[in-house]
Amino acid sequence: MSFVTGLSCRECGRQYPKRLIAGCQECFAPLKVEYDYEAIGKVLTRDVIRSRDNSIWRYRELLPIDGDPQIGLDTGGTPLVRAERLGNAIGIDELYIKNDSVNFPTLSFKDRVTAVAINKALEFGLQAVGCASTGNLANSVAANAAAAGLPAWILIPDNLEAAKVNATSVYGSHVIAVRGNYDDVNRLCSQIADHYGWGFVNVNLRPYYGDGSKSFGYEIAEQLGWRAPDAIVVPMAGGSLITKTHFGMKEFESLGLLDEPVRTKIFGAQATGCNPITAAVKSGTRKIRPVKPSTIAKSLAIGSPADGYYAVEVITESGGWGEDVTDEEIAENIQLLAETEGIYTETAGGVALGVTRKLVAQGRIKRQDVTVIANTGNGLKTQDALTLQPPRTIEAKLAEFDAAVHELSVTA
Amino acid sequence: MTTRVTIPTPLRRFTAEDAEIDVEADTISEILNELDQKYPGLKARLCEENGELRRFFNIYVDEEDVRFLDDLQTKVPAGAEVSIIPAISGGRF
Repeated sequence: MSFVTGLSCRECGRQYPKRLIAGCQECFAPLKVEYDYEAIGKVLTRDVIRSRDNSIWRYRELLPIDGDPQIGLDTGGTPLVRAERLGNAIGIDELYIKNDSVNFPTLSFKDRVTAVAINKALEFGLQAVGCASTGNLANSVAANAAAAGLPAWILIPDNLEAAKVNATSVYGSHVIAVRGNYDDVNRLCSQIADHYGWGFVNVNLRPYYGDGSKSFGYEIAEQLGWRAPDAIVVPMAGGSLITKTHFGMKEFESLGLLDEPVRTKIFGAQATGCNPITAAVKSGTRKIRPVKPSTIAKSLAIGSPADGYYAVEVITESGGWGEDVTDEEIAENIQLLAETEGIYTETAGGVALGVTRKLVAQGRIKRQDVTVIANTGNGLKTQDALTLQPPRTIEAKLAEFDAAVHELSVTA
Repeated sequence: MTTRVTIPTPLRRFTAEDAEIDVEADTISEILNELDQKYPGLKARLCEENGELRRFFNIYVDEEDVRFLDDLQTKVPAGAEVSIIPAISGGRF
């Protein structure tokens, strides 16, 4: 049974029935999914949620598919790690890592959104799905499309590393390399979705796709014992995850699932080499000036973020802030998280941790604030971001090992 | 000077379903005015009341977003193609 009543325009409020659609046909603004919260409130209780599998589908009334999910049944339910050693290192008493680097099936938060989008594509009876991406989204669409038995068309820039291409083409998807950069690919993608009637997850399936991110907020609130944190730090590319995480927690509040209202300060994190959203926050405007990305945080390198306006809105209205960090800081913080918590994050996680430390130094996050850092992807995918010491090479002789231990223990 | 402008699907109901339209103009601003002459009401879809481009649209001169050039005052060189494209969510992540 579905609790979705339709779609509505985020700007002009115009209503649409559930269908394949990218934006409002009148003002071209993004659409949002409308739910029957009164009916949901009658069935979705803490006990009902607790009785279900540990996946995004334990909140299924709040996700925009009509029938039972067919694929991505194990998506979500990722650990909220109590990070004591990291908290001691950076000066936060109660710190958590929401660890989507172990999400299913492709180790990033994108599995949440594509699980919803590909199930929706099946419900619409679409013949093919696709996306424009250079990384996590491509992996996730390709994997979930394979599981659904749908052909996938993945458009990528023509200069990608072989490892990233392989992690998408292994699923049997059609990978098309487009001459140009990511923005060229994205532009072509919107024209293709128009033309072929396929389901492009970030174009005409976008209203549904985006709501998969709400589950990130639901899980954090439930795992904290049905409460929202005092502060949350979320990396931003297009700016959708940060707004949906906040919205998810607010939905929980209005459904009476939380003990107290959401007072979470929402902090957005970007790389200095691609900071259109944090720059807007700092200059006190919601108007996003696009930039040409130049950063090792490629997963965040969107120069013209579609949800940037809404991200600035949720950050400022919550009393949060936006900060950005350099490539050197990103690499340093990938290592700090690995060394203190045993979690190998991708560049976006280095961005989130680096920004958290800046916010602590600025006094915007206080030692006693219950704080969650969003870890959205896995370091095994961005290994070239770090330059580490090569291992010591020795002969297979005990004496050489003894010498190496002595030397390394002295320098440690 | 004649410039060819590509119209995205959602706007074609304002252009009698024409996907490409040739206009005589030298800047993006002039192009939008020309389009509005041919198809009254089209400019109001693309621009705010203060004349600024709505944030849900991007306009490109060949490969470049006009926000990196001179916005609506961007001059369009001879032979360049102008594309109007709805902004969509990023997918790079």
